[in-house]
Amino acid sequence: MSAPTSFDEFLSGLWRQNPIFVMVLGMCPTLAVTVSAVNAISMGLATTFVLGASCLLVSLLRNAIPKQVRIASYIVIIATFVTVVDYAIQAISLDLYVALGAYIKLIVANCVLLGRAEAHAAKNPPLPATTNALGMGLGFTLGLFMIGCVREILGAGKLFGVALFGDHFQPWVVMVLPPGGFLVLAFWLITIAAFRHLSKKRNVQLEGAQS
Amino acid sequence: MNNASVANILLTTILPGNFVLAMFLGMCPFLGVSQKLSTAVPMGIATAFVILVASVSAYFLNQVLVYFHLEFLSVITFITVIACAVQLVEMFVKKTFPELFRQLGIYLPLITTNCAVLGVALFQTARQYNFAQSLAYSIGGGIGFTLALILMAGVRERMQLSNVPTLVQGAALSVVIGGLLSLSFMGFSGIGGGE
Repeated sequence: MSAPTSFDEFLSGLWRQNPIFVMVLGMCPTLAVTVSAVNAISMGLATTFVLGASCLLVSLLRNAIPKQVRIASYIVIIATFVTVVDYAIQAISLDLYVALGAYIKLIVANCVLLGRAEAHAAKNPPLPATTNALGMGLGFTLGLFMIGCVREILGAGKLFGVALFGDHFQPWVVMVLPPGGFLVLAFWLITIAAFRHLSKKRNVQLEGAQS
Repeated sequence: MNNASVANILLTTILPGNFVLAMFLGMCPFLGVSQKLSTAVPMGIATAFVILVASVSAYFLNQVLVYFHLEFLSVITFITVIACAVQLVEMFVKKTFPELFRQLGIYLPLITTNCAVLGVALFQTARQYNFAQSLAYSIGGGIGFTLALILMAGVRERMQLSNVPTLVQGAALSVVIGGLLSLSFMGFSGIGGGE
C-alpha cells in the first residue's frame, strides 16, 4: 500500500467516516464526558492512544491469533492498553482522573475499538492499520471536542475554563446535564446532514450546468 | 465503606440515576435495538441478566484481587468474565428460543461491549458497595436499562407513522427522542436523596 492511500485512509477516519457523526459508534463517552472541552480532548486522546496501540498489536498478531478466539484476544489486548492509560492519567493529572472517573476504564467497552480491530486491523499490515486507527481516533477526538465546546460555552459560559461572558451571565445549566448531551449531539448530526444535503444539491446542479 | 441503604440504591438506579438516560451507559443497544417493542423487551431482559451475573462475579473477583494486591488487573479480569457470561446467555437463548436468537442477531454477542455491564462492575467497586448493595445496584441497573429500552421502543414505533423531515431521520431522530426521555427523567431527580 503506497503512502498517499494510507494518508487517504487517515483522512477518511477523520471526517468522511467519522466514528461519531457518520457511524454513530462509541456513544457512551461521547455523551458522558463532554461537559467541557478539556475533558473531551483528553478523553479523545486517551481513546486515540488505545486505538492506535491495540490496532498495531492486533495487526502484528493477525496471523498468530486463531479465528475462534479472536474477539476475546482483541478484548484482552484493548484492556491491557486501557489499564496503561488509566494509570498514566492518574499519574499525570489527578483532577482529570477524578473528572473522567470510571469512563477511562470504560474505553474497553467502546464499540469503535473492537469494530476497528475486527474490521480493519485484523485484515491489514501494521502500517495502514495504525494509520487508519489514528485517523479514526483523531476523528473521534474532533467529534468529542465539537460537542464539548458547545456544551461548555452554553452550560457554563466558559471555554477551556476561561469565562467568555460577563459576571452576570446565567448559564444554561441543562446543557451540562445529561439531556444536554443528547440535544447537542442531535444538533451536530442535523447540522452535518444539512451540510451534506446542500453540497450534494450543489454537485447535482454543477453537473446539470456542464451537460 | 458506602452506607447507602439497599432500597435507596434500587430506587436511585431505576429512576433518577437511570443507567441509560442519566449515566450514558449502554447507548449502543439503546439506539440500535429499540425499533420494535418485540425485540426491545427480550434484549432488555438478556442484558439485565448479564448485568446481574457480571456484578456478582465482579464482587467476588474484586475480593480476590484486593487480597493479592492485584487491583491493576481489574479491567482485564472483569471484561473476560463478562465475555464468558455473554457466551453463556447466547448459548441459552440459541437453544431455548431460536426465533428470538435470529431477531436479536449481532446485538446479542455485542452485550460484551455494552458499557452498562462493565460499568456496573466498575462503579460498584469504585463506590465500595458490599454484597447486598452490589446486588441491589445490578438489579436496579438491569430494570432501569430495560425500562429505558421499552420507553424508547414505544416512542419509536409511534414515530414510524409520522412525517419526519429528511434531515432529522435516522440517528438524529433517535438521539432527539433520547434527549427528551432524559429530560423527563430529570423530573425524578431528588427522589431517593441522590448519591
